[in-house]
Amino acid sequence: MSEISQTLKELLEKHRAGQLKPKDRFAIPPQEMPEQDPAVRRFNMNEVALGYTEEQARMEALRCLHCPNAPCVEGCPVRIPIRDFIREIAEGRYQKALEIIKGYSLLPAVCGRVCPQEVQCQEKCTVGLRFKDVMKSVSIGRLERFAADRAGEAAAVPEAGESTGQKVAVIGSGPGGIVAAADTRRGGHEVTIFEAFHKPGGVMVYGIPEFRLPKAIVRKEIETLEKMGVRIVCNFIVGRTRTIEQLMKEDGFDAVYIGVGAGLPKFLGIEGEHLVGVYSANEYLTRANLMKAYQFGEGADTPIALSRRVAVFGGGNVAMDAARMALRLGAEKVYLIYRRSEKEMPARVEEVHHAKEEGVEFRLLQSPKRILGNERGQVVGVECLRYELGEPDESGRRRPVPIAGSEFVLEADTAIVAIGNGPNPLLQQTTPGLKFNRWGYIEVDENCRTSLEGVYAGGDIVLGSATVILAMGQGRIAAAGINAYLAEKRRRGAGA
Amino acid sequence: MYKIVSKKPLSANVFEMDVCAPYVARARKAGQFVIVSPDEERGERIPLTIVDGDEQKGTIRLIFQRVGKTTSQLAEMSAGDCLGYVAGPLGKPTHVERFGVAVCVGGGIGVAPLLPITKALKEAGNTVIAILGARTKELLILEEEFRQLSDELIVVTDDGSYGRKGVVTEPLAEVCRRERKPDFVMAIGPAIMMKFCCETTRPFGIRTQVSLNTIMVDGTGMCGGCRVEVGGKTQFVCVDGPEFDGHQVNFDLMMKRLAAYKDLEQKAYEAYRQHRCRIGLDRSSNP
Repeated sequence: MSEISQTLKELLEKHRAGQLKPKDRFAIPPQEMPEQDPAVRRFNMNEVALGYTEEQARMEALRCLHCPNAPCVEGCPVRIPIRDFIREIAEGRYQKALEIIKGYSLLPAVCGRVCPQEVQCQEKCTVGLRFKDVMKSVSIGRLERFAADRAGEAAAVPEAGESTGQKVAVIGSGPGGIVAAADTRRGGHEVTIFEAFHKPGGVMVYGIPEFRLPKAIVRKEIETLEKMGVRIVCNFIVGRTRTIEQLMKEDGFDAVYIGVGAGLPKFLGIEGEHLVGVYSANEYLTRANLMKAYQFGEGADTPIALSRRVAVFGGGNVAMDAARMALRLGAEKVYLIYRRSEKEMPARVEEVHHAKEEGVEFRLLQSPKRILGNERGQVVGVECLRYELGEPDESGRRRPVPIAGSEFVLEADTAIVAIGNGPNPLLQQTTPGLKFNRWGYIEVDENCRTSLEGVYAGGDIVLGSATVILAMGQGRIAAAGINAYLAEKRRRGAGA
Repeated sequence: MYKIVSKKPLSANVFEMDVCAPYVARARKAGQFVIVSPDEERGERIPLTIVDGDEQKGTIRLIFQRVGKTTSQLAEMSAGDCLGYVAGPLGKPTHVERFGVAVCVGGGIGVAPLLPITKALKEAGNTVIAILGARTKELLILEEEFRQLSDELIVVTDDGSYGRKGVVTEPLAEVCRRERKPDFVMAIGPAIMMKFCCETTRPFGIRTQVSLNTIMVDGTGMCGGCRVEVGGKTQFVCVDGPEFDGHQVNFDLMMKRLAAYKDLEQKAYEAYRQHRCRIGLDRSSNP
């Protein structure tokens, strides 16, 4: 264990003696996580947030009041015993902390980095409530990340359960699929993950950039699955390569988990969206992340626009990722155009903050009206319209109302549309009997069971656009459902 | 995985290979394509039409033209080598029915994807008239196979070195004017050729399908890079196509999008060729 400061030593002594009162804990300053300098990082792909030092982590852990009712746990979609793992971190027992988390979440290194903690666990934190500032809550996410990074190397591979001889197919290797695969493998089934891309990891490898989630972390989680005996088949598009029906009737799969996400990019439907230089955020990020277009000509063969001025449409995490990626790909100017105000932005506070620090120019209460092109069909600008906020709409957010005659033009050579994704119609077209709602998402019950026997679904293809942790939560529920279903099937088989 | 079973040149820049991809061989239908990359780690993903397949052997037949770096890499691979990956089959299969008289028009490398569709149309009981075009005699591919498949074969070359001198739209217009007007036209080739084939058939009101080969990344509907405007609406070539009603396609827009990475691709290709040349020199100077 490395050196710890005198202050921390004294605090720990008081803590162990049960003498660290809430007011002492409130007095500990929130620990800022070290980050790469914005002026430097906007030119590199390395991770922005560097993670707590040991001293910082233990100091931050001591800010936790260990509330008897642990309200933070209620805010966690998978109910990690947050209070307990934080206690272990304070004591320097990082391995133990990680074991506690791993009992509930399979991907702490991922979730510690990408969960929107400020609207989940940290929103409920008593410390934050005391300061009336969620940013002053105990930094649960950073502590989770610390435990995972610090103790992850030595973490034991979960064991597969005793063989049942039954086969489970998991479609999609994103966060939900990973959890469903691990949990059904623990249930003793033979598990195969089918992935359409050439690399597993789903949105964690094609969508979330390296500077926010290093791919090495995802790779390690996938390796853990393989060590558990999960088979991963890439370049396999269920619905085209094989249908669900073929997997079950011809290939002997007893159950299926559908975790294909919602990957079909939405466009605005405005004039000029077909111009050269207009990307969906999916395309832009896939080229940059998965296909490593930032190394074009030096180790990667997939090109991406060499942009000078980029306009990104949208206000979510994906919009932030695209804007920050554009800077790293060499853009001189990046606009983020969002038609509501910053308060209504769905992006995580931290991502908004990072994007601003790096120099992304926020154009709030503005919206693209049409994209302008030259004679070669190349984007040269975006005509925008200004908005003001009116009455709240059905989502509870104040509705943006266009201001007539407020049009103006922003010069840009690239436009990135980051206004969300819809469901891919492929499974709907190729899976008779599988029920979808009218928006094209799969209908499931509370156990993530679909209308087809033995077929379960979760994540974005059920919820619409959600988060990594929600997808994981559903993967877990579905896996429990599959394990129970297959146990029942065995019983019936044995009885027959 | 994805082993090249055999490979041969069809013309100076066009190659044919049989690749081991058992799942694709089993599932593929006429009109579908695969996403291929020569190198799993750094390679580009490109769409190639599945020309044929052998379910027993588990192989698919691919035909491609050397135009840039990725296709050059493919061209340099030989039997026994493995592709980085092959994913598919992708896209909607061709809608095949007994139309009556079907005209299959192929230009340049477009003759390759036309072959499985022509075969399917023939098997469905259509009278098939094939019109194949190439710049010059040496670049004409698959003539023999089309000759066997079709009831009538018309070959044109731009320079008149073989068959008729001219472009495919001329015989197409003649066929349209015949007493027994065609019921269906399938046109595959360069965008400009497909555009003019559609303009040729439009006054005759003959249903004309085209198969589009736009720039793609994933090929599964995820990126939208392949989008085209069809009948004023945005369609994804990978999941809504690759075949569309040619009379509805906005070809001018599509052609502009096809040129999106021209400069970058050119640079990559130049760099690649220079690199290959240097390797060649090193080898010759070091016996």
